[in-house]
Amino acid sequence: MRILKTLVLAAAFPVVAFAAGGHVALDRAPIDNHDTASLQRGAKLFVNYCMGCHGAQYMRYNRLTDLGITEQQIKDNLMFNADKVGEPMLSSMDAKAAAKWFGAQPPDLSVVARSRGADWLYTYLRTYYRDDSRATGWNNLAFPNVGMPHVLWELQGTQELEAREGSGDGHGASHAAPSLKLVSAGAMPPKQYDAAVADLVNFLVYLGEPARTHRVQLGMLVLLFLGVLFVVAYPLKKEFWKDIH
Amino acid sequence: MGDSSKEGQAKPASSSRRYLLWATGAVGAVGAISVAVPFVSSMLPSARARAAGAPVEVDVSRLEPGMMVTVEWRGQPVWIVHRTQEMIEAIPKWADRLADPDSSQPLQPAYVDKNTRAIKPDYLVLVGICSHLGCSPSEKLKAGPDSGLGADWLGGFYCPCHGSKFDVSGRVLKGMPAPNNLKVPPYRYLTDTRILVGEDSKGA
Amino acid sequence: MSSNTKTGALVQWIDERFPLTSLWKEHLSEYYAPKNFNFWYYFGSLALLVLVIQILSGIFLTMHYKPDASQAFGSVEYIMRDVPWGWLVRYIHSTGASMFFVVVYLHMLRGLLYGSYRKPRELVWIFGVLIYLCLMAEAFFGYLLPWGQMSYWGAQVIVNLFSAVPFIGEDLSIWIRGDYVVSDATLNRFFAFHVIAIPLVLVGLVAAHIIALHEVGSNNPDGVDIKKNKDPKTGIPLDGIPFHPYYTVKDIVGVVVFLMVFSIIVFFMPELGGYFLEYNNFIPADPLKTPAHIAPVWYFTPYYAMLRAVPAMFGSQFPGVVVMGAAVLIFFALPWLDRGKVKSIRYRGPRYKAALAGFIVSFVILGWLGVEPTDFLGKVPGTSLEVATLLARVFTLAYFAFFVLMPWFTANDTEKPEPQRVTW
Repeated sequence: MRILKTLVLAAAFPVVAFAAGGHVALDRAPIDNHDTASLQRGAKLFVNYCMGCHGAQYMRYNRLTDLGITEQQIKDNLMFNADKVGEPMLSSMDAKAAAKWFGAQPPDLSVVARSRGADWLYTYLRTYYRDDSRATGWNNLAFPNVGMPHVLWELQGTQELEAREGSGDGHGASHAAPSLKLVSAGAMPPKQYDAAVADLVNFLVYLGEPARTHRVQLGMLVLLFLGVLFVVAYPLKKEFWKDIH
Repeated sequence: MGDSSKEGQAKPASSSRRYLLWATGAVGAVGAISVAVPFVSSMLPSARARAAGAPVEVDVSRLEPGMMVTVEWRGQPVWIVHRTQEMIEAIPKWADRLADPDSSQPLQPAYVDKNTRAIKPDYLVLVGICSHLGCSPSEKLKAGPDSGLGADWLGGFYCPCHGSKFDVSGRVLKGMPAPNNLKVPPYRYLTDTRILVGEDSKGA
Repeated sequence: MSSNTKTGALVQWIDERFPLTSLWKEHLSEYYAPKNFNFWYYFGSLALLVLVIQILSGIFLTMHYKPDASQAFGSVEYIMRDVPWGWLVRYIHSTGASMFFVVVYLHMLRGLLYGSYRKPRELVWIFGVLIYLCLMAEAFFGYLLPWGQMSYWGAQVIVNLFSAVPFIGEDLSIWIRGDYVVSDATLNRFFAFHVIAIPLVLVGLVAAHIIALHEVGSNNPDGVDIKKNKDPKTGIPLDGIPFHPYYTVKDIVGVVVFLMVFSIIVFFMPELGGYFLEYNNFIPADPLKTPAHIAPVWYFTPYYAMLRAVPAMFGSQFPGVVVMGAAVLIFFALPWLDRGKVKSIRYRGPRYKAALAGFIVSFVILGWLGVEPTDFLGKVPGTSLEVATLLARVFTLAYFAFFVLMPWFTANDTEKPEPQRVTW
């Protein structure tokens, strides 16, 4: 009985901030799943910056040939944690050690784009800011009190939270959108950084469902076929129903 | 088409009706077959199975003459034997004791020699599964009575399950339960000492 | 013509051993259906089609899926990536699950519109409600299998409903799970129910549904009995036409259009905005973390809203569970609650029309409320009551009022006279 009550309560009042529902408006991720150059750049960022801690255990390296690259290119440029090109993209970090360092095992990113959505990821990776109250020294607008430090800070530079202004837009002061200010520049100017994050998010979306492009292409064909079937099936029905009319 | 027959009674099939029935049937059949393709294909080896069955690279630079290593390829044992000079010289001596000395059965790629059953005689690459009932034979590479297979044993393989004997090229002896020679998998040399098991030599 | 006589001989050979021709005649070529079927009459055959789609795609998924808590989530991704065409088979199955309910809800609404549950079709209706119950069980068991967060917590909440049963509840829910929480044992038994136990019952019930229907004959949009007016010579209803070929060719058109809708979802929007595949279900099940907002899949949400609407009484959630169960079971009573003289909405009086409209609106609004968290509309000013909870209570009452008050509003309605023959 107690369990049920807890659950009904949990359903009614979101106490556990699981989806990390920050109050920021999400920016639209400018991504295109047909842009293979962007996907390749994203793959490179993913391998270099994410796979130190995160894996994509349901993805095999050789599947990356979808992005218009050869197995040899995959071996040479993207494969640091595996011997064979058919192996899954596992993290180089030991899972138990990771759980010790970060308090939780860094989640597998195979389908992260499917649970979070592209816009959330795009916003999240661009809204890190300095926060000395956090153990990592970082906080995030889209994912408050995130456990992960800002891995891309060398590229983006350091942002700080600007003092919130009281001027509400009718929703009251507490809901005024917080804004971030770049206090020290990174290796990339802001526009270039946004583009790099878009590449990475583009890749993560591909990673979430590698069959997507094929799926959409096939869908066109299937609908075309059903159209043809309709064109013969409907007159057939008409022809038979002449008897009844 | 113009005549009005009694309601609810199917008329004798008119030509346009027949034509439409055929057209719908044909398009429908194409659809049914197209739907069957993905379902049937889903039973083919998955990317995981294909990755596990991918070609295996073997470094033979540290394999001493007379020694053998076993590697796994597609879940099967594959032997790589570094044959000694005596073993190579023994190959023709086996001929009259073998069921198929010239490897007439297609159990090896076309690019291997029919007698040494290898690209280079020094290295034998063989699927270690008996052609009888699928046991894995043991190596009896040492010649002579120590092998336990008689004083005239020239070195080869012996299957413990039903006693089939094979020569040092994996060719089966006459009168054995095993009907055929052992299989040679596709393989090629990446360098002089690196063999890729499971992939045919290209061009060569 | 020799091929014809050969076929004829084969059919005769079979007929002497199995009633092939008579079954064909009884259920297709000489099953006389009213000639005035409209749009609403597609959904019966479509439900049968979706059943076949689900069984077929399910068989192929079973070849790759692993009912093991440590492997289940991964095996679904394995199907989505590594199995050739696995993504298609999986999307067909996940889309089919939701489309089954779309089709069945429309099929049931057809029954309400035209009084298809009325005498002599009570058993057709009862078999139908049993099919609906089976479908809900099938969907519930199946939803655990991907072993994502929504799978896990959905099962957790629903199984815990049984713990609200007085006295035996706690033991009952442990028995259902085979563990103290939803776990590997639960997944394994749910798999067994999903792939064999429920489908067997379902197929049997579908057969019974169709046999019962063909025994009494189909209803129609006018609700008049076509068997009253038969051709004196042939005994064939004057307004009846053989199901085959007339309704087979018509249903083929319906099937093609349905498959277009189905394909648009499968190929272009398999998640359907998170309603067919929930976003949180792409996170592996974690017994230690409840998602911030859990809601069942859309087809269960009307009942879920009712469950939440009923306040706990005497420290027990049991009343809510009873209300939710009653909301489904009350469908069984429908044939005996309706006292109208006509069947079809075309000749019903304003009271029934208003009541049915109210019922449909209640069902849809309850479904919407069940999707959202209870606090999404804020509180009623000056109280601690959530607006959404209040709405859910009002519409739960409206839902039940449709059934409970039916004997009165149907008995005293100003109905139009039914025609003698179907209108055409």
